[in-house]
Amino acid sequence: MQSNTSILKKIPPTPLSKPAKGAMGKTGTWRTLKPVIDLNKCTKCGLCWLYCPEATITFTKEEGPKIDYVYCKGCGICAEECPAKAIEMVREF
Amino acid sequence: MTILGLPEEEYVMSGNAACPGCGAILSLRHVLKALGKKTVLVIPACCTAVIQGLYPRSGIGVPVLNMAFEATGAAASGVVAALKARGKKDITVVGWAGDGGTADIGIQALSGAAERKTDFIYICYDNEAYMNTGIQRSGATPYGAITTTTPILGKKEHKKDMPMIMAAHHIPYVATATPGYPKDLYEKVRRAKEMKGEGTRYIHILSPCPPGWRYDSKLTIKMSKLAVETGLWILYEIDHGKFKLSGPSKRFLDPSKRKPVEEYLKLQGRFRGLTDKDIEEIQRWVDENWKNIAKMIETE
Repeated sequence: MQSNTSILKKIPPTPLSKPAKGAMGKTGTWRTLKPVIDLNKCTKCGLCWLYCPEATITFTKEEGPKIDYVYCKGCGICAEECPAKAIEMVREF
Repeated sequence: MTILGLPEEEYVMSGNAACPGCGAILSLRHVLKALGKKTVLVIPACCTAVIQGLYPRSGIGVPVLNMAFEATGAAASGVVAALKARGKKDITVVGWAGDGGTADIGIQALSGAAERKTDFIYICYDNEAYMNTGIQRSGATPYGAITTTTPILGKKEHKKDMPMIMAAHHIPYVATATPGYPKDLYEKVRRAKEMKGEGTRYIHILSPCPPGWRYDSKLTIKMSKLAVETGLWILYEIDHGKFKLSGPSKRFLDPSKRKPVEEYLKLQGRFRGLTDKDIEEIQRWVDENWKNIAKMIETE
C-alpha cells in the first residue's frame, strides 16, 4: 500500500511528456541500409547536417560530420545529397 | 554557434516516430531553429501528433499543446489570450498543422483566428493528403494523385490554393516554402517571428512524404527541389500586401527555364495512373498559375 502511494506521487498531475531523445525507442533498429562517411572524401560542407530530418548528424568545421547510429533511421538523404559522394549506404544484415 | 548560417541548437529530438526521410520533421527542425526555445506549438491531429512519440517522452523540444483536428486556430487564440493575461510577452505561439487540418477541417477556426487578428504564426506543412490516417484525399491533394479514397483514376480536381485564401484575409504576412531550400524557409519563419504583435502570419510548406507519394525515402530533397524547378510549387511571400517572388523561384517566371512537369510526376508512384492528357492538364494548370503570378507582379 505504501509503495503504491509513492508511485502515485511520482506521476505528474497532468499527463505531461518531457523532451528526450528516443521517444520511440532506439530507432536505429528500423534501418536496413547504414550511411558510412568516408572522411577522406568529405569536404566538410555540412549539407548532410543540413538535410538530416532526424538531427542525428552532428557537425563541426574541424572534425566534419558524425552520425548517431543509435537513432539514424537510414533514410539515405545524406548519401543522396552529398556533393562529394563521400557517404555510402551499406547493407547492415 | 551557427552552421551554414543556421543555429546549431536542435529542438527536434532524435529517435522520434517520423518515417525515414520525412519532409515534415525536416521542416519542423528548421522552423524551430528559427523560432528558438521560447515557442509554444499547438498541434491538431496530424502526422506531428504521432511523431512526438510515446509518453513519458516527447520528440519535440518545446512545449506542445495537442488539440482536436478542427481547433488549431481556436486553441492557439486561447494560448495567446492566456499568455497575455499572465503578462508573458516574449513567447511565440505557433499553430502547426497538416494540409487536412488546414485546408479542409481546420479552415473555419483558422479563418476566424485570422479575422480576429490573433497574434500568432500558423504553419501548414502540406504533404498533400491525410498521410497519418493512411493516405486519404484532401483538398490539397494535386490533380491525378492516387490515394486510398481516389484509388483507380486518381483525384480529378486541382489543389486548393490555401496561401492565396489566407492572403485574402489581409494578414500581415503570407509565405510559401519547402524543406529543399532550408535557408529560404528559415528566413521566412524569422520574418514571421519579427512581426509579433501585428496579427496572424501564415506560412505554407510543401513537405514531401515518401510513403504517401510512393517514392524512395532518399529522394525527399530532390522531390522538394523538383517541385520548385518544374514550377508546380511557387516560392513567394506577401509582406503587408506586397507580393515578392523568393530567390529560388525567381528564374522560373520565364517558362523556358521551367522543367517539364513529367520529371517530377514520373518519380512518384501516386502519379502512376496518369495519361498523356492528364500530364497536359497539369502542365496547363502550372502555366496558368504562373500567368497569374506574372500579372500580380506587373500590377505592383
